[in-house]
Amino acid sequence: MIAIALWFAFACFGLGLLMTAWRMVVGPDAADRILALDTMVINVIALFMVYGILRGTTIYYEAAMLVAMVGFVSTVAYCRFVLRGDIIE
Amino acid sequence: MTVIAEILVSFFLVVGGIFGLVGSLGLLKLRTTMQRLHSPTKATTLGVGGVLIASMLYFLLVGGMLSFHELLITLFLFLTAPITAHFIAKTYMVMNLKPTDLPETGRGPGWAIYDDAPESETDDRT
Repeated sequence: MIAIALWFAFACFGLGLLMTAWRMVVGPDAADRILALDTMVINVIALFMVYGILRGTTIYYEAAMLVAMVGFVSTVAYCRFVLRGDIIE
Repeated sequence: MTVIAEILVSFFLVVGGIFGLVGSLGLLKLRTTMQRLHSPTKATTLGVGGVLIASMLYFLLVGGMLSFHELLITLFLFLTAPITAHFIAKTYMVMNLKPTDLPETGRGPGWAIYDDAPESETDDRT
């Protein structure tokens, strides 16, 4: 039963990744693109965790943690750049 | 592994997957940028929370070890999601709205995205 649920979660987050990629390509505004990138990072974290359950190993926590931190910092940096034209003032 | 543990882990996985899918679908389907800001910052964060709970339960009930890494990731995501939403909303306002489109703030200094920070009245620094 867990295997079916795992593949269901894979399908959901994979589809979500495709949708965010589409929004990033067509997004009419810079804010849309930043938001799509942030959502993409969150979907990738979920995929990492599901893959960790599938393989039965805990090594993917660290990868997910790193991805979460890098995603947050990159989102804030991109917003700062659009807002102020500079990242660190 | 008992049947109840399997049902619990599968339930949280399916709920997390559905929430994540709804969040990304909202990003695709909603009409304006400010509407699109709603779905990923709430639904997708909840979806990741469901998957992290499933992972925690799986390694607790199968491996027999309680790990707090997932709680760290959940806490980090729940802390950072409002901050990123706030920043993206400010970015949208700066790029698309004029200062005359916004209501009055009702006090001396105006909106923080257009005006500088007000001078402190009691300046203790000497």
